[in-house]
Amino acid sequence: MRGYEYFKPKTIEEAIKLMGSIEGAQYIAGGTDVMVMLRQKKIAPRCMISLRNISDLSYIDTNDGLRIGSAATHSAIEENEYIKRRYCALNDATTHLGSRQIRNVATIGGNICNAAPSADTACPLLVLDARAIIVGPKGSRELALDDFFLGPGKTALEKGEIVKEFVMPRFDESTGSAYIKHTRRQAMDLPILGIAARITISVKSGSEVRCKDMFCTIDSISNILSRLKEEGMRCVDARIAMGVVAPRPIRAKKAEAALTGKIISPELFEEIGDIAAGEAQPRDSIRGEAWYRREMIRVLVKRALIKSIDRVIRPDEAIYPERLW
Amino acid sequence: MKRELTFILNGEAVTTEVDPQWTLLYLLREVLELTGTKEGCGYGECGACTVIIDGQAVNSCLFPVMEVEGKRVTTIEGITSKDGSMHPLQTAFINEGAVQCGFCTPGMIMSAKALLDAKDKPTEDEIKEAIEGNLCRCTGYVKIIDAIKSAAGGR
Repeated sequence: MRGYEYFKPKTIEEAIKLMGSIEGAQYIAGGTDVMVMLRQKKIAPRCMISLRNISDLSYIDTNDGLRIGSAATHSAIEENEYIKRRYCALNDATTHLGSRQIRNVATIGGNICNAAPSADTACPLLVLDARAIIVGPKGSRELALDDFFLGPGKTALEKGEIVKEFVMPRFDESTGSAYIKHTRRQAMDLPILGIAARITISVKSGSEVRCKDMFCTIDSISNILSRLKEEGMRCVDARIAMGVVAPRPIRAKKAEAALTGKIISPELFEEIGDIAAGEAQPRDSIRGEAWYRREMIRVLVKRALIKSIDRVIRPDEAIYPERLW
Repeated sequence: MKRELTFILNGEAVTTEVDPQWTLLYLLREVLELTGTKEGCGYGECGACTVIIDGQAVNSCLFPVMEVEGKRVTTIEGITSKDGSMHPLQTAFINEGAVQCGFCTPGMIMSAKALLDAKDKPTEDEIKEAIEGNLCRCTGYVKIIDAIKSAAGGR
């Protein structure tokens, strides 16, 4: 094996300068993807530029909305109480990625920049309207995450550029979100399908929708939806994102548009599931066949939306009934 | 080109020459001859190479050796007491029959130790989560979980 040199810059500027001055250099953060690619001989860099020692790149700032430094590890995000309550979809993704050992070192920036169609944090960041702050040789720029992914392993990053942080707006208490990772085993697996949703709802005054019994049942999803319809619950705003259904994580924009402004009902959710499935272009792979993925989009889009609604209605329930969702 | 680096290994400062492309696992096994830490898959899937770095369980097969500078590393060799007596987790693994072929055991114990160091009385779910990145192909998970529970209870 040809060796490589290993640099540990202390600032972003230093890292970018190094990248510009050395041919065949590779950025490395947590290394859980890069070290594997190296071993598989998919890459053969002349030198590694580590982003681990850059101070002030692993912060989680919850003062106004949410800012996450790209070097924040999945473990750090997973343990953040504010994210657990207000950015549930992101918490869902970080708690279910890889294993404890992987989450302790793998960074959110690495997960996004590796740009796997199955990247667990991608769908949550898409539904949470995240923007990537990118720093490069030509200065810094901001990009909506939806414009960041170009294809499998391909991003809008230009040579030398580094994602510094992800910025998300603040969501009020009428907004909930969820990410459902569909896998064969709970740990150490890539999703067959990943679905994230965020929904903002409004209810008429005097509605009894906040009555906890509404969700604490073994009822079918359609019965629960019927009750929400009776209460006149309206979707004010919605986002749906899907992973492993296209060359990159995508938003189901037609489904979002069809949901926004409507009264929630079983029929509407059926329709949303169908529209979302129509927006996907899944393919056969070792983890699942295309027809199965398409079927499961219908199921999981509904489930992710209702789980999000549940989190608005019952924010204090520690862990939502996994049996149901 | 070799580089010199210093870190704390099992409580003692170690200064050693390394090649920048080594992993921490290579340094531990092939250079420092601490072969208690195992190499299973080499891809971060199996957890046999788990060590504790600054209190956190980490796959040493994916850890670039250059990043270990100044860090505190604990391996399976470092958890016994100074007088040579075993760590409560090791005793519990033996008492509960949680060791079959033994290949996964060092990794399992390191993952469990990281958990117990952070949390005195973990729930069964927390134990399962802590060892979710450790594969046991003898599939003796029930006894492993029992052993970790009993070690936690015995503290």
